[in-house]
Formats: sequence, C-alpha cells, structure tokens
Amino acid sequence: MIKASKLTKKYGTKAAIQDVSFNIDKGEVVGFLGPNGAGKTTTMRILTGYIPPTSGKVEIGGLDVFDDSLEVRRKLGYLPENTPLYLDMDVEVFLKYIAALKKVSTDKRSNHVSKIMKVCGIDNVRQSTIKTLSKGYKQRVGIAQALIGNPEYLILDEPTIGLDPKQIIEIRELIKSLAEDKTIILSTHILPEVSMTCSRVIIIAEGKIVAEDTPNNLENRLSGVAKVLLTVKGPGEEISSKLKEISGVKRVNIEKTQASDLVDLEVASQKDVDIRGQLAQAVVQNNWDLLEMRREVLGLEEIFLKLTTKE
Amino acid sequence: MNSIFTITLKELRSYFTSPIAYVVFTMFLVLSGYFFSVILFISKEASFRGAASNIIITLLFLMPLITMRMFSEERKMGTLELLMTKPVRDIEVMLGKFLAAAILFITMLASTLVYIFILTKYGNPDMGPIWSAYLGILLCGLSFIALGIFASTLTENQIIAAVIGFALVLLLWVMSWISGNLGEVDSELLSYISLSTHLEGFVKGVINLKDVVYYLSFIVFWLFVSVKSIEIRKWK
Repeated sequence: MIKASKLTKKYGTKAAIQDVSFNIDKGEVVGFLGPNGAGKTTTMRILTGYIPPTSGKVEIGGLDVFDDSLEVRRKLGYLPENTPLYLDMDVEVFLKYIAALKKVSTDKRSNHVSKIMKVCGIDNVRQSTIKTLSKGYKQRVGIAQALIGNPEYLILDEPTIGLDPKQIIEIRELIKSLAEDKTIILSTHILPEVSMTCSRVIIIAEGKIVAEDTPNNLENRLSGVAKVLLTVKGPGEEISSKLKEISGVKRVNIEKTQASDLVDLEVASQKDVDIRGQLAQAVVQNNWDLLEMRREVLGLEEIFLKLTTKE
Repeated sequence: MNSIFTITLKELRSYFTSPIAYVVFTMFLVLSGYFFSVILFISKEASFRGAASNIIITLLFLMPLITMRMFSEERKMGTLELLMTKPVRDIEVMLGKFLAAAILFITMLASTLVYIFILTKYGNPDMGPIWSAYLGILLCGLSFIALGIFASTLTENQIIAAVIGFALVLLLWVMSWISGNLGEVDSELLSYISLSTHLEGFVKGVINLKDVVYYLSFIVFWLFVSVKSIEIRKWK
C-alpha cells in the first residue's frame, strides 16, 4: 500500500505541489490525471524517492521512502517521464543490466529477462540497439525495465505519451494485464486512458488534488445534469417557454438560431430522468418540426476541464 | 559491491560502443610514443624520466575527455533518474564509474610498458625510478579522473564538462607556480595543493608517503564532492 501524506514540494517559493495526500491500496490501478505542469511528475519523483518533498512523507508497503530508500526501491518499478533509456545498448543487454542493478540473482537473470521481454512483446527486437527502435518499442522497453525484479509497485509516468493510437491500445492492454498482481500508479493527461485502465482517478491541478474517485463515480457525481440537444423548426422563444413547462426540465437555453427559422436548443434535466419522449411530444403537438435530438451525459473530458480550468 | 562492478562493466562497454575511447586511446599512444622516441633519440639515455613528464601532460589534456560523459550524458538523457531509482547507493554509482575510467586509463598506461621493454632490450635502465614514475603517473591520472568526474556532475553538456574538467586539472597543476612570490605559509600551502609538485618525487625515483597520501586523499575528496553534487537535486 502506498500512503502519501501532506506532500509539499517547493522550488524556491513556488510550490509545485501542495498538501497532496492519498492512499493507494494493494492491487489498485490508480490514474494520476492532470494538465501539463500540474505536478504529476513531481509527485511521481517524490513517490520513487528521486527527490524528497519539502514537507510531508511517503510510505510504500509500510516503509518510508527516504529512510528505507534502498528497500523501497527494490520493490518499486519506475518508468520516468519521457522514457529515458541507454540508447546505445541492445535491448537484452540493457534489461540484464537493470536486472543486475535490481539484484536479480545471476542464475535467474536470463530467464527473468526473457520472460519479461515476452510479456512486453519485445523478444523479437532483443538484439536491436535501443536507439534504432520505434517510439512504441522504446516505450515497451521502458515498461519492461520497470517490470524487472517483479516489483510489487509500478509507477509509470505518462506511459502512452507520443504513441500512435494502435500502440496506445497495446500499451493499455499490457498495463491491464499487469494489474492482476501489482499496485500501479500511472500518470497521464489523456482521459480515455484513465477510464479504460484505472480503478480510481486522482485529478490534480496546479499542485493540488481536486478530485479523487472511480471513473464512474466521478462521472455520476459531477454530472448531476444530463443535457438534451434539440434542433427544431419553429419560433425560438415560444418553443423555449413551452419546453420549460415539462416536468423534470431544469432550464432551456437557445444555443443559436440558424437561418430559415431553425433553432438549436439545449435542455438540461435531472440525470436520472429521460425526458426525450416528452420533449418530442411537446414539439410535435405544437406543430413544429423536430429535426434532431440527442442526449449528452457529461463525460470525463468535461469533468476534467471543469475541475482543472479556472473560471 | 556487486552493483559497483555491474556499473563498471556497463560503463566500460559504453566506452567502446562510442568512438571516444578509441580516439583517446589512439591519440594517447601516438603522443606518448612520439615523446618517448624523440626524447630517446636526443638523450640517448635508457631512462623513462623525460617521457614520464610528457605522458602526464598528455593525460592532463586527454583525461577530461574520458570522464566528460560519465554524468553529463546521464543527466541529459534522463537516465540518471532511471539509475538513481534503482536499489543502488549513490556512492556505488560513483565508484562504478570511477573504476571504469580507471580501468581504461590503466590499460592505456599499461600499453606504454612496451617502451620499457625496448629500454631493457637495448640498454640497461635503472628500473627503480621507472616503476616509481609509473606509480606516480597512475596516482596522478586517477586524480585527474576524480576531478573530471566531478566536472561532469556539474552540467548536462559534455563539452562544458570537458572544459571545466580540463580547466580544474590545469589550474591545480600549475597552482605551485605562484608559490615563490607569496608569503611563506601561502607558498607552502599552494605547492602542497598543486598536483604537479607531488609527482616530482615519483619521477626522480623517490616514493614519498606524503605524496601517496596526497593523491589518495585528492581522489577520495573529489569523489565525495561528486556524490554530493549528484545529490544536490535533493536539496533544491
């Protein structure tokens, strides 16, 4: 279990993160979500013991990250930001080097490295020099080195950044397959990633945690309203006032009046009530033409924007 | 302990995957060979003394090139973070890298033993001063390495690391020049600090414990400062 309490990191007088606290239980996959510069990488570096916090402390598996640094590092797999690798080394040689540093015993090293290369799908490039590999493969090598030594905890800083969509899906699948027996923290600023791979999301903005929940709960909690978007042929004001009379409707906005008396309306309602039927009826009963109607629930994307942008 | 050798091995391997080691090694052999043969021609004397003084000057120029990438490249590529979050101590990383540079240097130096072989084949040199000169060059060269490694912890840029390394080594080399013009205490202090004054004895054939201690403490000091310099990220 990872326990961060009141982490603050200041560079000069500027705080990169402030009072960041969270607990991560064994077996969880937690997504650290935030815009660039929110303090994700700083937090990760503190978690791995690369830099100390100005105040606060981190415990991983009951051990303090700074007092028992070596012991913690043994249990930790870390992929730093931008996937730094020794570009001049061959994949297998590199992984064996990492295995030696991770104190994997000499007789088990070859086997262990082969197994991890298979898991990460890089056994076909084992003899290649890392700098000749594509971005996707480099990323896999980065994840592979984090997996060396079977760490209980994996910390991945933006594991899918810069990859093409196919590679992103592959890396996601890989992370999901690892989730079975590991506690994983991954940071990202890509939203679908979180809803697809993580059991919990921590949203961080300007160095502070602004929300923390499962992806589903976040959606539910923050999107108390559902929106229905309508395009109707008819007089705007009149339609708007008629629709307001329907029970369950919270408010009606006229989005824009298009040419030739078309009106776009946004109708907000409670989330758990579906008012589309009533809306359609109301429009038709008044002899207006209903051209389009769709329901929108606030997605993670909007929640994220809502939480991380200042009004 | 094992981590040190793991790192040493990796560093040695990367020396020889880049052209730097080959170039430095070759140029060292060209220059030291030139000095040895020219001095031999002129003096017609079976002695290593002249060549030894020139070999150390060659090393003064070349050694910063061996050490310049040790930490600057790790910093630039971000691999320092990769390395330092593995279960290895900072001091192990430092010693591993120092040892790698030392092994390369010792190999370079050992290849000049050919000259000694030539001397013994065609002349009858006094072997005592030769071995003591070798010991002196070894200790002095290792000091250059320690200082060069420190320089490479200061910057991400290899060229800057080399320039700083070279400047520091040269400065400490010529520190004694000024000593005659200062007061008694300052003069003694400056010539004690200077790298070159401690080599004189070795080249003449005198192994002075004071000089050995000087070089060893010089090495330990700069490696210690280098470890602190790497840890500086933790204090920012």
